[in-house]
This record gives sequence, structure tokens and C-alpha cells, in this order.
Amino acid sequence: MSAVRPLKRGLNLLGSRSLSRSASVAANGSILAQRQLVSPRVLRSAVVGRPLAQVATVSSPSAVRYASTSSSAPLKKTALYDLHIAHGGKMVPFAGYSMPLQYGDLSHVESHMWTREKASLFDVSHMVQHQLSGPGAMDLLMKVSPSSLDKLKTNSSTLSCLLEKGTGGIIDDTVITRRGESSFYFVTNAGRRAEDLAFLEAEISAYKAAHGPDSLTWDILEDRALVALQGPQAASVLQSHIANSGSADTDLSTLYFGNCRDLYLTLADGSVSAEPVLVSRTGYTGEDGFEISIPAGGACASLPTQVTDLLLQNPEQVRLAGLAARDSLRLEAGMCLYGSDISTAQTPPAASLGWVVGKDRRDPASATFNGAEAILPQLASPAKTLAQRRVGFTVEKGSPAREGAVIVDLNDESRTPIGVVTSGLPSPSLGGINIAMGYVKSGMHKKGTEVGVLVRNKVRKAKVTGMPWVESKFYRG
Amino acid sequence: MSAVARTVRPFASRVLSQKLPITAARRVSPAMGFPRGSIRSFSQSPFWEVKKYTESHEWVELAADGKTAKVGITQYASESLGDVVFVELPDADLEVSAGEPVGAVESVKSASDVLSPVSGKVLQGNSILEDNAKFINQSPEDEAWIAELEISDAAELDALLDAEAYKATIDADH
Repeated sequence: MSAVRPLKRGLNLLGSRSLSRSASVAANGSILAQRQLVSPRVLRSAVVGRPLAQVATVSSPSAVRYASTSSSAPLKKTALYDLHIAHGGKMVPFAGYSMPLQYGDLSHVESHMWTREKASLFDVSHMVQHQLSGPGAMDLLMKVSPSSLDKLKTNSSTLSCLLEKGTGGIIDDTVITRRGESSFYFVTNAGRRAEDLAFLEAEISAYKAAHGPDSLTWDILEDRALVALQGPQAASVLQSHIANSGSADTDLSTLYFGNCRDLYLTLADGSVSAEPVLVSRTGYTGEDGFEISIPAGGACASLPTQVTDLLLQNPEQVRLAGLAARDSLRLEAGMCLYGSDISTAQTPPAASLGWVVGKDRRDPASATFNGAEAILPQLASPAKTLAQRRVGFTVEKGSPAREGAVIVDLNDESRTPIGVVTSGLPSPSLGGINIAMGYVKSGMHKKGTEVGVLVRNKVRKAKVTGMPWVESKFYRG
Repeated sequence: MSAVARTVRPFASRVLSQKLPITAARRVSPAMGFPRGSIRSFSQSPFWEVKKYTESHEWVELAADGKTAKVGITQYASESLGDVVFVELPDADLEVSAGEPVGAVESVKSASDVLSPVSGKVLQGNSILEDNAKFINQSPEDEAWIAELEISDAAELDALLDAEAYKATIDADH
């Protein structure tokens, strides 16, 4: 038998997989090498020279540590913590916060299906909301990201990546929204907070040193909560609570995927919210839905709870959903999880995210974004420059292939690793078919290619599959 | 997009904690030193028919013959894991030592090895679970046993937790 994984650990740590891994991923150039602990006997040949960094992190009894944050720091609570507890939230440590994994009313699978069929509300307030404005805001963001932000219309957004200087490695993925001529709102991952802030601090300081202190104003919006309302009924539910319905601006049928709007809500007591919430038609489930940024400071301290209660008014339509459903939903939608599927070890093209590089930013003569020198050749000739590709797999019936499972060539008796699974589970929407995302060496990445995946030392057949597995239902009008 | 659930345990923890369950169980076992079954005199069943537990949430029940035993996961484990979607059963004749995997239970969000509480040779896996993994959520401590073993040494059961001691370990976790 390979790695022994007592059930006890599984129960204690359900939902609390150490994010410290993202640190070791970041420090590590080889995707294959970083996973050797899954099946030490099989992989020993592949891990020469790789220290057991992951082992060290587990000796901490809390079992959860986050990159660059202290393992002993008390867990933070979002503005909705009490609401989670009141709804039977099973709380787990996540990115320094105590966050709900799931709730008492629905199992993981039920909650997942509820989102696909009705609507679910997720608290994502742990994520980091930023505002960057000033005459240099566009320049700065177009240096740290490869997106064509100058082509972005006001109140529209794009998925992007923060890129490391020189290497072009992905420091984090982010959604950037243009809020005005030179004003941007963007959201980054909670698990990357320390790295992102250090990176942005350095970039912004350097920019200000060159262009003056008034060139940029950067705010981390600590006093705003963030919730995601996702699912086919999300729009009708949200529409019913928007104040002053009638004018074109309040009509969600004209708010398309990737766009946002400031909207006032009519609260349960009939009053109109003192401040607007920022409603963005986007999400991380593949369903139609919204992310709603809610002011939580000063007079608005109770607004996050009020808005959440409002959206939860009809339990036949909207239920709370936690991290467990969020993970299975996003994987079915083919979306990456930073720290699992992408890291600083990948550039966007290496992570099959080359499309985040703006079409008009690919000319080596004029490209100014971090890592352009590494990224542009990869876009120009991927076959020559990319050793491996991120693809989807469908794995044969039986034991699911999960993160860390090694991919092998079915014709190779020696089971030399040719890739690794970075996310995988039995898909609730597909009746339990095993799906997985991962990296496989170039040449083996074409759709339909048959490969093997090692699960507990048994080779299971898998086929390279297009993503997403569940068709996205973004509202594009 | 955004970071979401990290819903699987660190792989390293599995490796590190390799020997934890069995040694821990030995240390705290209140049954240590008792003649096996001596407190079950009220029962009509043979005195050695006994069910024990591990801190890692498995149970083992010795059959009346004193030589074979069934192994499974506890009610508490089944509830904590949630929707079980797949159970990996051991092949017949697999030799296991106490603390080694004798199967695995998979939910959507995680995979957990089932560690054999005792040493022995696998007689059979429970074929009911092959096509109906969910059954383990319905009858984890009875008909949804995972493996039947021919055990090497019945005395190994002495070191395991009785029902009361097991319950205490769960309560201590909460």
C-alpha cells in the first residue's frame, strides 16, 4: 500500500487542506516534483532533490497554515460569521478565516445541485477587494497584468493575472473591473493576500517614486463584505429586491456577464439601503449569477447581514452554500483554483490561460507587462516552448483521481510520470463521473488522448477531455 | 477567479500520521489488561464476540468463531464524511497489518483510507458496496462492513477502544 491516510485525519481536516502548499508550489519550478507525497513509492524517482517542505507544515497541530501568515494567528471572521453559525455552518479554517464548508440543511452534493437548479448564496468576504485610482492606475495595472485594460469599458471587467517580473509566473488570478476613466476595482484571492499585497506595495511604491505620490491611490476595501449569488434563479431573486424598479438602470436583464452596476436594495423593513451595493454579473460556478460587494463600515455595519437575510428570504429559492460546493462547482465549470491548478511556477500560457494576454499586447516591441519576455515566445510557439499543458480528464468509473494523482503513459510499464492531477473529484452534476484537471506533457494533451492515472497505486484509465464539463450559463443577453 | 475550498487533507499529513491511530489507541485503551470479554457475562453470545473501535474511526467485530472479524467505519465517520460515492474494497488474500489500509472511502470532497484495526488476511470485501457505495451512509456499523478478515491474533483487539472509550474520543474532539 502507498501513503497511509487514516480516516481520523480526514475527519479532523475535512475542508482544511493546508494552504501552505501554495507557498511550496510557488517556490517550486516543477509541478511533478511538488506532489511526490501522494505516492512516495511510485514517485521516488521523480523527486530527487526535492525537500519535504510539505511535511514540515503538517507538524503544526492546527494543520492549516497560510503562505506568509502566522500559523498561530487567531482566525478572522467575516461580517457574516454569526449568520453562518445561526444557519448551522460547519466552519473550517480557510485562508486565515473561519469559513463555512457547508451548512446543516443540505449535504455537499445537495448544495451543489441546489446551485445548479435554483440559487445559492456564498460568503466570499474573505477575498481581498482593492480600489486603485489616479492618473497612473491604468499604467500600473497594465504593467502587473497582461490585460488590455485600456480597451475595457467603464463598469466592465476581465479575468486577469498578476504577473511576476522577469518570469511571468502567476502571482495570483484576479478579476479587474474598470470603474471610471482611471479608476479600477479588483478582487484577489484570500489565500494569496500576503504575497499579493507585498507585490502590489512594491510595484506601486516604485511607480510613485517615478511619477509622484499623487499618481496612484490604492485602497484595500476592508470595510466591504462580498457575497456571491449563483444559479438560474439568482437574477429573478436579486431583481425582486432592487429599489426603484422601473428605470432602465435597475433592470438586471440589461446587465450582462462581466459588467457591474451600483444598485440600491429595498431591505426587509421596506427601507432603501443607505448606500448602493456593487452588483457584478460574474461568478465562480459556471452559472448565471452575481457577486455583490456590500458596504460594511460605519452606518452600514449591519448591511451585509441585512442584504444576506433579504436574499435568503425564500428558502425554496436561495440557500446558503459553502466552500465544499464552491469547489465542486468551479471544477465542473473548468475554472482554476490558485494554489492547486495554478501557481507562480506557471505563466498564463503554461497554465492554458494565454487568452488573458490582450491581443494587442503581444507585440514584443511594445509589450510592457511583467514577464512579457517569457510569455510572448510561449504564445508565439507553444509547441516549442511549453513542456506541459493544463487539460481536463475524465477518469474511468471507480476511485476518483484527486489532486496529486500522478499521470502516466498507459504504454509505459515503468510508470514514469508524465503529468499530475491538480484538482479532481466525482462530479455531482454528472452523476458521479470522475473529472479532473491537471498538467500533462505536451504531445499527450490533445483531446481524446488516453492516459493512466495512479490512484492508490492502481492505474486507472483516463481520457483528455475539453473543459468545462458542465456548460457555462453566463448571461450574455 | 477566486480561491475556494481546500477540501482535501494535506497529503503530507497522511504520511506523517502513518502510525498515529494504532499507537494512540494502545496508549489510551481502558480495556488493556482486562481478560477479554469478562464484562459481557450477561450476554448470551459467546464471551469473545466483541466489537472494538479505533481512534481513526474504524470498528472491528470478532465473529463467534473467534478467528474471523468484520471491519468497517463508524457511524460518526460516515456522518462526517457525508455523501459517500465510492468504496474501494480490498482483494481477497491481501495480508494487512494493524494500521494498514484495508480499503478506502470516497466522498465528493475527500478520500479516506480505512485502516485495519487488526492484522490478518482478507477473506472478502463487502460486494454490496461495489455498486451501492451510499449504503455505507445507511448502515455503516452493520451490513455495510467493508472487509472480512481472518485475523492473526485475537489479542490485538484487547488494545483497541471499547464503545464507551471510543465515544469519549469523539466527545473530546468537540
